Amino acid sequence: MKLRIVRSDRDLSSAGLLRDDTKFASGKIAVFQYVMIGIFVFLITGFWDLQIRNPDLYQERAMENSIKSIPVLAPRGKILDRDGRVIVDNHSSFSLYLSRENLKMEHLKPIAEGLNLDYDSLVARVRRFQTRGAPQYQPIPIKEELTPAELAFVDSHKDADTFPELLVIHVQHRLYPRDGLAAHAIGYVGEVSESELNTPDFARFHQGDVIGKDGIEREYNETLMGVDGQRRVEVDSFGNERRVLGDDKEAIPGKPLQLTIDLDLQAVAELTLENRRGAVVALDPRNGEVLAMVSRPAFDPNLFAGRIRSKDWNDLVNNTAHPLMNRAIQAQQAPGSTFKPIMLLAGLETGAIDDNFHVNCPGGANFYGRFFKCWGRHGTVGLHEALVHSCDTFFYNVANRMDIDDIARYADMVGYGHKTGIDLPHEAEGVVPSRRWKIRNFREKWYPGENISVGIGQGATTVTPLQMAFAIGGMSIGGMWFQPHMIKDAVHLMPARRAEVNLDNIRKVVSGMYGVVNEGGTGVRAHLPAVDVCGKTGSAQLVSNDALRAGFKQGKDMRDNAWFVGFAPCNAPEIVVATLFENGEHGQLAAPIVRDVIKAYFDKKARLSQPQPQIASLPSPLLAPPVPLAPVAATTNP
Amino acid sequence: MLVLVTAICGLGVLQIFSATHETRYSDAWWKQVIWILAAFLALWIASLIDYHTLLGQVPVLYALSVLTLIATYAVGLTAFGSRRWIGTASYHLQVSEFVKLVIVLLVARYLAELKTEHLELRDLLKLAGLVGVPMVMVMLQPDLGTALTFLPILAAGVFLAGFRWQYALAAVVIIALAAPLSYWFVLKDYQRQRVVSFLDPSQDPKGSGYQVIQSKIAVGSGALWGRGVTKGTQTQGRFLPVPHKDFIFAAFAEEHGFVGVIVVLGLYFLLLMQIVQNGQTAPDRAGMYICMGIGALLLFHVLVNVGMVIGRMPVTGIPLPLMSSGGSNIVAMFLMLGLVNNVRLRRFVN
Repeated sequence: MKLRIVRSDRDLSSAGLLRDDTKFASGKIAVFQYVMIGIFVFLITGFWDLQIRNPDLYQERAMENSIKSIPVLAPRGKILDRDGRVIVDNHSSFSLYLSRENLKMEHLKPIAEGLNLDYDSLVARVRRFQTRGAPQYQPIPIKEELTPAELAFVDSHKDADTFPELLVIHVQHRLYPRDGLAAHAIGYVGEVSESELNTPDFARFHQGDVIGKDGIEREYNETLMGVDGQRRVEVDSFGNERRVLGDDKEAIPGKPLQLTIDLDLQAVAELTLENRRGAVVALDPRNGEVLAMVSRPAFDPNLFAGRIRSKDWNDLVNNTAHPLMNRAIQAQQAPGSTFKPIMLLAGLETGAIDDNFHVNCPGGANFYGRFFKCWGRHGTVGLHEALVHSCDTFFYNVANRMDIDDIARYADMVGYGHKTGIDLPHEAEGVVPSRRWKIRNFREKWYPGENISVGIGQGATTVTPLQMAFAIGGMSIGGMWFQPHMIKDAVHLMPARRAEVNLDNIRKVVSGMYGVVNEGGTGVRAHLPAVDVCGKTGSAQLVSNDALRAGFKQGKDMRDNAWFVGFAPCNAPEIVVATLFENGEHGQLAAPIVRDVIKAYFDKKARLSQPQPQIASLPSPLLAPPVPLAPVAATTNP
Repeated sequence: MLVLVTAICGLGVLQIFSATHETRYSDAWWKQVIWILAAFLALWIASLIDYHTLLGQVPVLYALSVLTLIATYAVGLTAFGSRRWIGTASYHLQVSEFVKLVIVLLVARYLAELKTEHLELRDLLKLAGLVGVPMVMVMLQPDLGTALTFLPILAAGVFLAGFRWQYALAAVVIIALAAPLSYWFVLKDYQRQRVVSFLDPSQDPKGSGYQVIQSKIAVGSGALWGRGVTKGTQTQGRFLPVPHKDFIFAAFAEEHGFVGVIVVLGLYFLLLMQIVQNGQTAPDRAGMYICMGIGALLLFHVLVNVGMVIGRMPVTGIPLPLMSSGGSNIVAMFLMLGLVNNVRLRRFVN
């Protein structure tokens, strides 16, 4: 082909060049120009279409492309003890969310694989958000507490071409005390559940919101929760933030909540209860403040701080010891002998017995043709001795002399049979038997013979540890009951309830309870050298004596529950403590726990009344020394 | 003409700056300025040497082009999966850009030598063969877009030289038949995808269609007045692919709006008018073919690139001449404009 060109070279330089003009092509050049105009019109109409006819559509899509809404999660308020010490704090972590603005279902599979998530449950989760009609800007939380490796995965995949929906959000997680300290009182948080969202109480929450599920966290969710904010940022195609748009909605952090709980007392109560199944409740009877509340076995609320794993949840729910149950307000057990002070008061108040009433205890007595056993042989006992030595025979007789409805009236007066109204969810109300109760529940009339067991706190009567502390505490200060409550600045408290009781009668009961601890009674183990402790033991049978006689084999779980309720100082009580051991055999074992908590209370009080060494500088107001309590009476100083 | 060229290049540099100022290509605008300066030198030189001298060297230039393309194919650098550059790491020369120039000269000389009213079939096939060889080689690099730019040069030349309408009909039929065949047998996977995503971008919004969708969003969101320099979210957020090269006009449209688009397209139009006018007033047929070939080439570039940006042409990866960042393209384009100028300077010779 080269040859051909070389050949034609000759023509080019020949005469042909003279005739070489462009006239012949002018028409075609005009055609070319029309084509040119056509092409430019074609292009410009394209721009007209995009830029002038519907620019809004494209501007919106450009926005969708580049604007990400990132929720700013409001940290929950801290929970403090009565001295301002932190019980529940927050810690920072990273959570992974899926932004729904650019979510693609087909991305879920690789995302699930990259982060070791279960694909099916991830899809189910995304579907749930879509069907519940949560606002579009609200992203879906899919993994909490991201590890550095997971963060790296997200970072390298969040660009516009891969998974632009990946969104890492800095969150504050709940940090609860270790070993389940005060776990039941405080409760835990968790993601609002499907069934909760269908109830009016939770209707205002959205899928994915973390709310208080139990305890204080639930009761004061409003206060603690705060309001989530929202941040809108411009991102590039790699998912990196480029610019923060000015229309952020600030998150309003939850407010801190100061409890009436005293961490010192709480810790002592937790330690002394050890791992025994039961509960301890300490109240200030003068105002209803809960100073300590323990329930065992406990659980670790930190398990709930993220999303609880189903295995952990099943372990908790299927545990036969019911670790999630707050025994302090939910365990309903027969009060046993701890009911005797109330019986004594009721007997005196109704006039069924007088100061000189006494019985002979040969180890039991016959009523209605049946022998009722006493736990010992007490000989002749009056009011005082009967309480000190917890003589069953004496109280059988008191009950026998009374009408069941009178007994019920006094049980009701001290607070048994209905909720105390404490600011915690799921409080149990217990049972106070009466004629009406019997009719309503068994469609049978009350037989007087049933009174006898009631007299020693057996039979149908059940109370919670909180009710017991409340009842005895209110009685101990002269018949005035303050609604138990958990937070310092409680506002909606019911007014204290004052009962029309003869203070002399209360004095007699208190004197008996003094004897229980200080005069060789059943509660000597609760004795303290520095402060007068009054109290009453109780051991409630889980199996009736009839069943025992019938040869019922006593397994571990059939052993008696042990109670001890005590208050101090006897003449002007400041603290009342009730302890329940499930399957603890005898109330004597419960007494030392009450003693230790009371001792901790007065030790602390004495310590605070000492001149404080000056500390140079305190880094945080939370560490400021607590406001000293009222000065200690000289007699109680160690 | 120089005013128009300078204006277009200036806007191009501005847009390159805006599109890259926060990226690792942030020195691209500066490189572009240097290239443009070098290109002006090339334009000056190309204006000086009489284009007849260059026409005389066509066989040498053609042979050189083919050899260089072979060399490129053998040892060329591999960038973006295709071998188009030859040279050192910092300044690559995209050989095929300069081959265009040779094609322009080749077509001009071949057609100028024919004195017949109509192009005979034999001559047509010969010319097609001459253009076809380097075109196939560029296609094999593979760089379909650049290879296709050879066609308008050929088409414009053949159109001006005159041909029987039967040939045109035959060509249309052949292309119509060849298109589906080449779709299945010649095109690479990614090229096939580009065709598919051109026909229906939403079918693959994250793959090839992604570029078109993002480009349309960029253009559309520019609206009448644009979002302002460095303010376009599509460009700045790097949603727009290669906003300083192939998609520079989308970036420009986003940041300068319809008004800016009209201005730039107007500049291109005026430039093309100038080139065509130079063709009309050329001293001889060869000069006319040179001008018209270059005009056709430029028009084709504008059509395909700008058309791609608004989703009216498939993604072919050819740059927008004078605006897109890239040294070889700028220099080659300026050389061609130098040739046009060359023809203009000699319009009164005879």
